[in-house]
Amino acid sequence: MSASHGRPKKGSLPPGGTAHSAKGAQTSATFLLDGQPVPFDEGQTILEAARAAGHYIPHLCWHPDFPPHGSCKLCIVKVAGRHVSSCAMPAKDGWEVESNTPEMNGERRALLQMLFVEGNHFCPSCEKSGNCQLQALAYDLEMTTPRFNHFFPDRPVDATHPDVLLDFNRCIFCELCVRASRDQDGKGVFALTNRGIHKHLVVNAESGCLGDTDFSKDDAAAHICPVGVILEKRVGFAVPIGQRKYDARPIRVVAMEEDKP
Amino acid sequence: MSEAVPRKLKVATVSLAGCFGCHMSFLDIDEYLFELLDKIEFDRSPLTDLKHCGPCDIGLVEGGVCNAENVHVLREFRRQCKTLIALGACAINGGLPAQRNHLDIGHCLQAVYLSRPGLAGGHVPDDPELPLPLDKVHPIHEVVRVDYFLPGCPPTGEAIWRFLSDLIAGRTPRLDYPMLHFD
Repeated sequence: MSASHGRPKKGSLPPGGTAHSAKGAQTSATFLLDGQPVPFDEGQTILEAARAAGHYIPHLCWHPDFPPHGSCKLCIVKVAGRHVSSCAMPAKDGWEVESNTPEMNGERRALLQMLFVEGNHFCPSCEKSGNCQLQALAYDLEMTTPRFNHFFPDRPVDATHPDVLLDFNRCIFCELCVRASRDQDGKGVFALTNRGIHKHLVVNAESGCLGDTDFSKDDAAAHICPVGVILEKRVGFAVPIGQRKYDARPIRVVAMEEDKP
Repeated sequence: MSEAVPRKLKVATVSLAGCFGCHMSFLDIDEYLFELLDKIEFDRSPLTDLKHCGPCDIGLVEGGVCNAENVHVLREFRRQCKTLIALGACAINGGLPAQRNHLDIGHCLQAVYLSRPGLAGGHVPDDPELPLPLDKVHPIHEVVRVDYFLPGCPPTGEAIWRFLSDLIAGRTPRLDYPMLHFD
């Protein structure tokens, strides 16, 4: 397999490359993602370029509106024998990147399993079930067992806000709500505190209660949680099983469709 | 020359700390039960009411482990079954019974049997025949080795049938995307 692709010749677009044909004309740099050529602009990360070219790389803490966070590690890919977070690693010309391989997916599955046993993820009683990115990735990567021993941590819920419930049992510490509240809503309602296994999500109020903040259900932070921590009250279970976001189609398909303008 | 009839596979099933919903879903395979019964026979199961498990090819375990008796039954299943399957959410992650895991079991018993409003002269059951509850509810893979996991609350009859027919035919069971769900 040729590592350096150089400038694509006129009319010789890579196979399956119709989605990025317009972009391909302006870029000269290309890397190979699982053998497929992916063009990129200088400074673009592997994940961004892959996504722009129509290739899905699993992720939980990455979001197009925010700089890379690099904490969930679901987007790990293998480049030249090394594991890198594709959301944070700028692409380089000629790289051969392995993503959708049994090895990488096996490691992603192990990361998911650790996330599942570290919190209390009981899907049957969760309002987010069917619309949850953690669950959807577990389906897509065929995670049938938690594999490790469960921690069963004690994480009381916060129901003090009139419109929004916080169920910390499901928090995966992606900091998307922290970032959205700080950078988009300008409120700084959430933060992560402590380290390691003691790390947890807190609310920026003297009482620690969401009801004592200026948080609103219309905030960006109220709708960004990839799992079932931040839930709007009185709307749960509105969509029947079978019609929810990831019921019929895997996240790798749904995510790429959402990207389309 | 008459063909040798293949030996029927022995299957045992049990519901530990479960709600029998997975067993109901198993029965929900409807007419496939006839096809299944051509290939298997039941050993210990709520369907046969046998109390102990003989040597079996397949063991299906619904529910997690919440008391001492569950531990004994689960270990008997592991001893007797060549292939042990965790059937449904509770066997896989403790499920609904595990919602008590962040509570003190002593406080739980007192709240239910002593201090519940409207309860007069209650006492925590202490009949020696009753199995002692464990301090936490555990998924079965935390107690014995488990060969396969079939998630769902419950897994659909379709998923159970696919899984068992794969297994009986000697294929590695694998569920299609819509059959694999945790709720």
